[in-house]
Amino acid sequence: MIRLEPRANPSKTMVFLTPILAVIATMIAGGILFTILGKNPFEAIRIIFLDPLFNEQFASYARPQLLVKAAPLVMIALGLSVGFRANIWNIGAEGQFIMGAIGGAAVALAVHPLESVLLFPLMIIAGGLSGMAYAMIPAILKTKFNANEILVSLMLVYVAFNFLAAMVTGPLKSPIGYNFPESRNFQEYPSAHNAELIANTGLHWGVVMTLGLVILCYIILTRHIFGYRVQLMGQSPKAAKFSGVSPNWMIVICLGISGAFAGMAGLFEVAGPAGKLTTTFPVGYGFTAIIVAFLGRLHPIGILLAGLLMALTYIGGELAQFQLSLPAASIQVFQGMLLFFLLATDVLVHFKPRFEKRKTI
Amino acid sequence: MDFSSFSTLTFLATVMAAATPIMFAAIGELVVEKSGVLNLGVEGMMIFGAVCGFIAAVSTDSPTIGFIAAAVGGAGISFLFVILTQYLKANQVASGLALTLFGLGLSALMGHSYTGIKPPSSAKLSVDGLSDLPIVGRLIFGHDAMIYLAIFLILAVWYFLKYTRGGLILRAVGENHDAAHALGYRVTRVRTLAILFGGACAGLGGAYLSLVRVPQWTEGMTAGSGWIALAIVVFASWKPLRILLGAYLFGGVSILQLNLQAMGADIPVAYLSMAPYLVTILVLVIMSADRKRASLNAPASLGRAFHASS
Amino acid sequence: MKLLKTLLAGAALATGLAGGAMAEDKTKVGFVYVGPVGDFGWSYEHDQGRKAVVEALGDKVETSFVESVPEGADAERVMTQMALSGHKLIFTTSFGYMDPTINVAKKFPNVKFEHATGFKQADNVSNYSARFYEGRTIIGHIAGHMTESNTIGYIASFPIPEVIRGINASYLAAKKVNPDVKMKIVWVYTWFDPGKEADAATALIEQGADIIMQHTDSPAAMTIAEEKGIYAFGQASDMKQFGPNARLSSIIDDWAPYYIARTQAVLDGTWTSTATWDGIKQGMVGIGEFSDKVPADVQASATAIKDAIVAGTMHSFTGPINKQDGSVWLKDGETADDGTLATMNFYVEGIEGDIPQ
Repeated sequence: MIRLEPRANPSKTMVFLTPILAVIATMIAGGILFTILGKNPFEAIRIIFLDPLFNEQFASYARPQLLVKAAPLVMIALGLSVGFRANIWNIGAEGQFIMGAIGGAAVALAVHPLESVLLFPLMIIAGGLSGMAYAMIPAILKTKFNANEILVSLMLVYVAFNFLAAMVTGPLKSPIGYNFPESRNFQEYPSAHNAELIANTGLHWGVVMTLGLVILCYIILTRHIFGYRVQLMGQSPKAAKFSGVSPNWMIVICLGISGAFAGMAGLFEVAGPAGKLTTTFPVGYGFTAIIVAFLGRLHPIGILLAGLLMALTYIGGELAQFQLSLPAASIQVFQGMLLFFLLATDVLVHFKPRFEKRKTI
Repeated sequence: MDFSSFSTLTFLATVMAAATPIMFAAIGELVVEKSGVLNLGVEGMMIFGAVCGFIAAVSTDSPTIGFIAAAVGGAGISFLFVILTQYLKANQVASGLALTLFGLGLSALMGHSYTGIKPPSSAKLSVDGLSDLPIVGRLIFGHDAMIYLAIFLILAVWYFLKYTRGGLILRAVGENHDAAHALGYRVTRVRTLAILFGGACAGLGGAYLSLVRVPQWTEGMTAGSGWIALAIVVFASWKPLRILLGAYLFGGVSILQLNLQAMGADIPVAYLSMAPYLVTILVLVIMSADRKRASLNAPASLGRAFHASS
Repeated sequence: MKLLKTLLAGAALATGLAGGAMAEDKTKVGFVYVGPVGDFGWSYEHDQGRKAVVEALGDKVETSFVESVPEGADAERVMTQMALSGHKLIFTTSFGYMDPTINVAKKFPNVKFEHATGFKQADNVSNYSARFYEGRTIIGHIAGHMTESNTIGYIASFPIPEVIRGINASYLAAKKVNPDVKMKIVWVYTWFDPGKEADAATALIEQGADIIMQHTDSPAAMTIAEEKGIYAFGQASDMKQFGPNARLSSIIDDWAPYYIARTQAVLDGTWTSTATWDGIKQGMVGIGEFSDKVPADVQASATAIKDAIVAGTMHSFTGPINKQDGSVWLKDGETADDGTLATMNFYVEGIEGDIPQ
């Protein structure tokens, strides 16, 4: 029988090898799935994984779109990973994403149609602060009342959804939108529009900021005392306390960071690619980002790669849908498999499989 | 506004039907969480159960077989979660989310050729004479059997956790898995069984939607019920009997606002809909603030992975 | 990783399917759906339209679709990828795709776009919608005759002009034949949530409604009506199988004639940007056959209304009609203009309650 033996240190080889293993396993399982659905498995997998990157027709458009699609995932996941490292579980990023979008959008809508270069930076700040403030609810309830932050932050996602519905049918509803439940279009409001910085590159301020945050998080988590404290907190809150780290402060800081990141991601999304607040603009980035954080092994560079991989499956999945008439659900299943395999192979990083005969007791 | 047309009894009877799917899912998730595991894949298991139950019921023309298939299907898909979290030590939060994604996709694929079909109808449990009694008749009798099964399950789980040795072990495992392991309990096995039970219950809840409450199969038809079930477990502070209350509250608010609208009342729908979640947070805070009482309810090992060190 | 890619690319080449080596002589037509094609409502009917195009134009066209595309950034990307892959005509079938469609159309002047239910137009973007309110006039007429409790329940999605127009049209038709009729309206704030639609139907029935109308997509309300032994109307598709006894008639979205005509125009090179608002006459709105529960005289009068609408001798909104506050909207004999209908944001006189703002 196989027994798992914990490794003293996570295996470096496995850190790199397991994602590749997982992708291969997904290709095999996915290939079987596509064969069952009556499609050519090689073609399907080529379209999903390679066409967005290399196909002449699509690549020049799809490559930048990878960044656009990955940016919110990566930004949120970066924030979450700080907390996850410290064993602080914010799973309400979707709610903070929504609140950030509402907060930032509200600033613009309040001053509409004023044009000013200061407006967009103000919106970013408002978005970040709204997300952060929303994350302070679980932080305070945790530190003051010991309420489980996983559950509080999850509950607050539903509250945020309903709040969004109230806003787009109420105060933030577009006065020129025929009573449709949506806000004004930010793409038509130059000062507030998170536009493409260079045409056809997909690069908008959110993408730029995401890349900056990857580097910042990398430095802070690996080179700065704060990163060490986070690590310590994650391993043993008691040890952290002894070395002068206040667990309560860590909770507040970690939730604050993840909330602010999610909030900013929400603002960039709503002011740019999404264009307006609607009840359907949150498409689950906050939840998918949790998976991205784990797939990236809570490491900034890993998260960047994991975010890009997820984005690739979305974009390639769409291509596969209309080129091969695959149902959307098959792409969802395919993504589910990829996640399962990535999570499953993760075991090899922290444990060593040992084959041994069953002991008789 | 015209209140005269409001019948409390019919209202309660509707709430009972609306609350049943989330009740099934919630009581299952409660057992899972009591064992120290947080499975966020309830939505995925529910919808998988919904489609399995529907397919089985349509193919065999028997709702009973449908419900059995739903339970088996729910447990089956939850086994993926077992493998990931119990044997491969993957993170529970991420695994649960992946399970939801997978379940939603797989159910849509399987159900593709089953849209637009009417399932066999489930018999109502009407006892001659009794169902026609005033007040009690409408409230207590005349529902379909699954409503009673849901309530029975809640009572059974309550009894199991409170009075049986199995329940004691389950709680011990959820409270402190290292200590439970030291006492010789098989932590992984207990948790595996709990997760499978949770999956089966979620499957039943899903099938109640597709076979009784709606009744039809459409992609994504659970529309967030699984997430509500997670909230109800917290609202109930991990006490089985309070699941009943929680499910009626969450189901009730939704039905109430629709009824108020039908009566012509002008109500802020969005604000009313967020109320149960705020109440849940409040309950959680009150319960957690008193650390002694908190430890009696909330499983201390919730969400933490277990690896036997010996 | 690189090795893997090479291997895979090789495998794809070996099977002779690499690159966009599609047959180029077929005209590619793309469809973007907001829901799953299996919703049995809105997206399902658009997909029926797509299939009709394949059937009618056979090997001259190649159709493709992407389902469950969220409105916003994702929609824009899907449309762009379709345009890049050589689609010559793209139907975008949800109101929320309006701005993305306009954005993408700017980048692809040679690709034709058709946007459903919106109001923006461009050189290469047409918009189209159906006068569903004509159908509501007919089912409202039937409902007015058939209700015994004089209460019609209406499951409404969002308080937008399209939905309000439907409520007004049904109410006016029902009231004409039954002055005591009342309409109870429940807003569910969703186009598609079977559980909630079922609950809304139940709530309306509890409040005395014995006929249910809906402006949401799932057949849930129909199944509830069947179960409770009352009447309902099919919406988007016929829905007969969900309520063999409950269903009186239905309003069917029939996009097929339009889709075939527009595709043909692209094939012929005669496509121009248009704004289309078709009704029963052009076949975009279909009326399902009347159930035998509807008495013969009511069937006859409903058919007469239908014929009059087709002939253009009758309009759903013909004065005298007052607004809810009692002010005059249309004088005797006056009919509503399309501009007012397209932006309708008021109830007509007699409907109780306020439009949620």
